[in-house]
Amino acid sequence: MNGSTVIEFHLDTRSGLSPYLQLIQQVKQALRLGLLSEGDQLPTVKDVVARLAINPNTVLKAYRELEYEGLVAARAGIGTFVTRTLTDGSLAAHGPLRADLQRWLASARQAGLDDDSIEALFATTFRAAIEEEVR
Amino acid sequence: MTGVLETTGLSKRYRRRWALRDCTLSIPAGHVTGLVGPNGAGKTTLLNLAVGLLAPTEGTVEVLGGAPASSEARLAKVGFVAQDTPTYAGLSVADHLRLGAHMNPGWDGALAERRITGLGLDPAQKAGKLSGGQRAQLALTLAIAKRPEVLILDEPIASLDPLARREFLQILMEFTAEHDVSVVMSSHLVSDLERVCDYLIVLVASRVQVAGDVDTLLASHYQLTGPRRDLATLPADWKVISASHTDKQITLLVRSESPIAEPGLTVDHIGLEDLVLAYMSQATRPVAVGSPELEAQR
Repeated sequence: MNGSTVIEFHLDTRSGLSPYLQLIQQVKQALRLGLLSEGDQLPTVKDVVARLAINPNTVLKAYRELEYEGLVAARAGIGTFVTRTLTDGSLAAHGPLRADLQRWLASARQAGLDDDSIEALFATTFRAAIEEEVR
Repeated sequence: MTGVLETTGLSKRYRRRWALRDCTLSIPAGHVTGLVGPNGAGKTTLLNLAVGLLAPTEGTVEVLGGAPASSEARLAKVGFVAQDTPTYAGLSVADHLRLGAHMNPGWDGALAERRITGLGLDPAQKAGKLSGGQRAQLALTLAIAKRPEVLILDEPIASLDPLARREFLQILMEFTAEHDVSVVMSSHLVSDLERVCDYLIVLVASRVQVAGDVDTLLASHYQLTGPRRDLATLPADWKVISASHTDKQITLLVRSESPIAEPGLTVDHIGLEDLVLAYMSQATRPVAVGSPELEAQR
């Protein structure tokens, strides 16, 4: 083993997202925020299972999917390691995008939308945009 | 591949009362399967039939491709923890391990010792003096140290406090990660099952209401809300599990193998608990919406 594992997983049982998707999301989140970088080891299946009391297949499935996306690679008998980061370039864009979003939020409030309406509007637009992409 | 548990028209009658009637199901190997259903659905009877503690009145049951408890070799392949994780109150922890070593040809003494040490149990302690959680852990230790191919657990965690429940499941999952074992466990604690099970069977009144891979089930069920409309106008390939409406709005739980692209409806995924409850109440409703026919495996 080279170094200890960097992240610990947690599960939100009320999120409505299935456990394996939550694991994937947490790895990607850590990659985006630069918490995980190339060469870092993900917790072993046995560790995750023993910690969270979840099904081993759930962890394997999540790791397989991350592997399929080229983000991690499994080394037989050793563990699963990060092979690519998600921070490249896009992290720098966060600032300006956040400023845009803040401007948008301000104009939404000016138009009289309350918090719930703003969230609902964002969620439906976001979902519609994703569906558009899928088609 | 043969399943770990296959039943066809399995029925069990106690005098006049049918505890299980015409139960047909198939549980594939390599999974941690949750068997869920209301009290009286026949879960315990089914599991007792599966391990050979009961003989069927009608129908057949096979475990790992053969009749339960039909030979010594077959007995050795099946680990069983009965309801309320029973142990011998007058025997010590060490006595239990000795008993296990004598009675099981494939006994993994090192594994058993490791478990007991890991749990911090005193080998000299009488089982009757252990806490509920410790007793459950001892029963689980005995079942896994015989190194079974299939582990059958009847409501193992129902009577435990949340911490003991979590610890029990941690050990169980660690064991399944390390060894090639299939697990079948009955429970009504769906939130715990959601973490540990990757295969689900909902049993109501002996009937399999739904069975399948948990992720596939979650991905193919949708909660839909929108303006009220006639159910007959819904796409034909949707299977409506539940439907309710007000004067203006309709709320649906549907199963659809393809993504929902229906204008005017808000689409949400649902959790396992809601899914299980929907199937349970569908089964107990006198006149169900949609088609209440028995849903077999995919």
